[in-house]
Amino acid sequence: MTDTVNILATADSPRHSAERRFRIYGILAIAVSLGFLAVMVISIAIRGTGAFQQSFVDIAIELPAEKIDPDGTGDPVVIKKSRFGSILKKALRERFPEAKSRKEKKQLYKLVSSTAEYSVRDAVVANPSLVGTTATFSVRASSDVDMFLKGNIDARLDESQRRVSDLQLSWIKDLQEKGQIEKRFNKQFFTGGDSREPEQAGILGAVMGSALSLLVCFLLSFPIGVLAAVYLEEFAHKGRVNRLIEVNINNLAAVPSIVFGLLGLAIFLNVFGLPRSTPLVGGMVLALMTLPTIIIASRASLRAVPPSIREAAFGLGASKVQATFHHVVPLAMPGMLTGAIIGMAQALGETAPLLMIGMVAFIVDIPGGITDAATALPVQIFLWADSPERGFLEKTSAAIMVLLGFLIAMNLIAIILRRRLEIRW
Amino acid sequence: MRVIALSDATSISIIRRGNKGQSVDLIVRTILILCALVAVATTIGIVASLLTESFRFFQQISIFDFLFGLEWSPQTALRSDQVGASGAFGAIPLIVGTLLISAIAMIIATPLGLMSAIYLAEYASDRSRGIIKPLLELLAGIPTVVYGFFAALIVAPMLRNGGEGLGFAISSESALAAGATMGVMIIPLVSSLSDDVINAVPQSLRDASYGLGATQAETIKQVILPAAIPGIAGSLLLATSRAIGETMIVVMAAGLAAKLTLNPLEAVTTVTVQIVTLLTGDQEFDSAKTLSAFALGLLLFVITLVLNVIALRIVDRYKEQYD
Repeated sequence: MTDTVNILATADSPRHSAERRFRIYGILAIAVSLGFLAVMVISIAIRGTGAFQQSFVDIAIELPAEKIDPDGTGDPVVIKKSRFGSILKKALRERFPEAKSRKEKKQLYKLVSSTAEYSVRDAVVANPSLVGTTATFSVRASSDVDMFLKGNIDARLDESQRRVSDLQLSWIKDLQEKGQIEKRFNKQFFTGGDSREPEQAGILGAVMGSALSLLVCFLLSFPIGVLAAVYLEEFAHKGRVNRLIEVNINNLAAVPSIVFGLLGLAIFLNVFGLPRSTPLVGGMVLALMTLPTIIIASRASLRAVPPSIREAAFGLGASKVQATFHHVVPLAMPGMLTGAIIGMAQALGETAPLLMIGMVAFIVDIPGGITDAATALPVQIFLWADSPERGFLEKTSAAIMVLLGFLIAMNLIAIILRRRLEIRW
Repeated sequence: MRVIALSDATSISIIRRGNKGQSVDLIVRTILILCALVAVATTIGIVASLLTESFRFFQQISIFDFLFGLEWSPQTALRSDQVGASGAFGAIPLIVGTLLISAIAMIIATPLGLMSAIYLAEYASDRSRGIIKPLLELLAGIPTVVYGFFAALIVAPMLRNGGEGLGFAISSESALAAGATMGVMIIPLVSSLSDDVINAVPQSLRDASYGLGATQAETIKQVILPAAIPGIAGSLLLATSRAIGETMIVVMAAGLAAKLTLNPLEAVTTVTVQIVTLLTGDQEFDSAKTLSAFALGLLLFVITLVLNVIALRIVDRYKEQYD
């Protein structure tokens, strides 16, 4: 026996090295898979972290009363009508008087975001006492300037090869020296809706769209899924019809998600006439998709409840319905909820079916209800990924980080719920 | 006397409760059946909507042209009398493109997934298994839109630059970039299904093999894998079906133009990409262009369903063998 072991253990035996090689292949396969995961997550994180900051330019703006509010009413309607665009441009010209030609002025105006005039307007509306004074405002830098400050544009390149001109570079340098340009936490990214301008774009609209869709999805799929599972586990006789339902559920779980989108388009939108692009329809489609997941998880959870619970309930005179709903279902609930959260996490990451029902539009407003037009977080990622502007690359990666954050949180909740509440029989 | 009366009263109350219970029971049972039938209704809804819209499509374009046509260019006509206004609706380039990308994905996912499963099932200690398995499942939990972004942003440019360095012209929307990324996405599916199958091979087979003096690798290659082959084939079929139906990776990383080629370095398009392109943006309803998306959807549904049914049947049959 010892001899055999020794023979097998000899390092130079061909069989032994074949054994070792095979083992290494296994380790390599796992290393490649996990390596890809690491590269993907890290490269997205590197590109995305920048989006949580945004460059702001401090600029003194003269707010002449005769141009904004000649009668001194302080009425927001009057103030809102004023031409803050030209007021801002004048302030920029005063800050950098060296911009003379039309072309130079154009470059000058492009230092700040094209949405900057609205933030000035809103600040004045909120505080009408500023009218008639010269106040310093902090406005968003344009995306190109922002990208330069974050090191995404190489100043050593030839001027024609980069989106920031030499003149703009000199202005940025001047601003930097005087401490009038700085990066701050980008609140807008978490509180704003979509925008054509990368520096103004936020994800709240998409997050709300996803949240509303998931709400509809949960309210539909959880009760239906649980009740269907209760029927199949507790009430159904093992007949042909129930076998059919079972096969059906298994196959439904493997239908490509885009086909569910086609179903939603043909039936929910075209036959039922429900409103296009809304979380209501999105949630309904996602509910049909998550139903198999919830049914399968709920059945496993019901099956884990030992028969003694049912028998004890029957023994005390409970009917089938009472035994099931007073005793079996509450005991199986933690497992069902865990399954539901995992199903919701899958639904949160779904994109393709939502494209089919029109949740893929440019929507600035943050949706307030399930019948407002909305997009969803993964769809927003898809839309931004398609945008040519350099600034959206960073926003896309950051939105992915937020999406992955939500998914990790949901899965953690599911794991904790399972550990805390699930009863081991 | 008293005793009898008491028992009478109880029996009556039991019967009464039984009556009430029966009607409650009936209502509850009906609700439960209705809920279970939602799943069936979904399938019927899918089949019915795909069939009716496809039927309308086939009234305009012959089914033969659709299934065997070699050219796909669903042009939108500005005027109905325009030349080539009807477009060409031959699905073959799309099917070939889909199969090409799925094949690349499976070439990547099969060895990596299978070897991972073998290592996890046969070699890994419980502790490392407990760490590696959830990490691999993370790959499956990442939304496909993230893979699509990664494929378009990193994998495709990397391949193109690498190709340039070696003197190949690799398209920036190459089938290889989309397929390889999709392959990584499918690894956890292959590995977790194969893991189950390998674990289901009875220990007695391993013990017998070790008893005859085989090493662990020899046992795996000559005993366990042959025994697990049907189950593994089933899981590979399921993974292929998943690859064929995958949408976001190909929408973001594969091409739009339908080109009939088997060259993985060129840009091809897939059935799912075309469905998305046809149905997003402006659409005129009832036009052959819009309706063709449903015909493609039907094609996709039939292909994946057939693969799934075969796969599930193989897996089921294999399970019975050792039970």
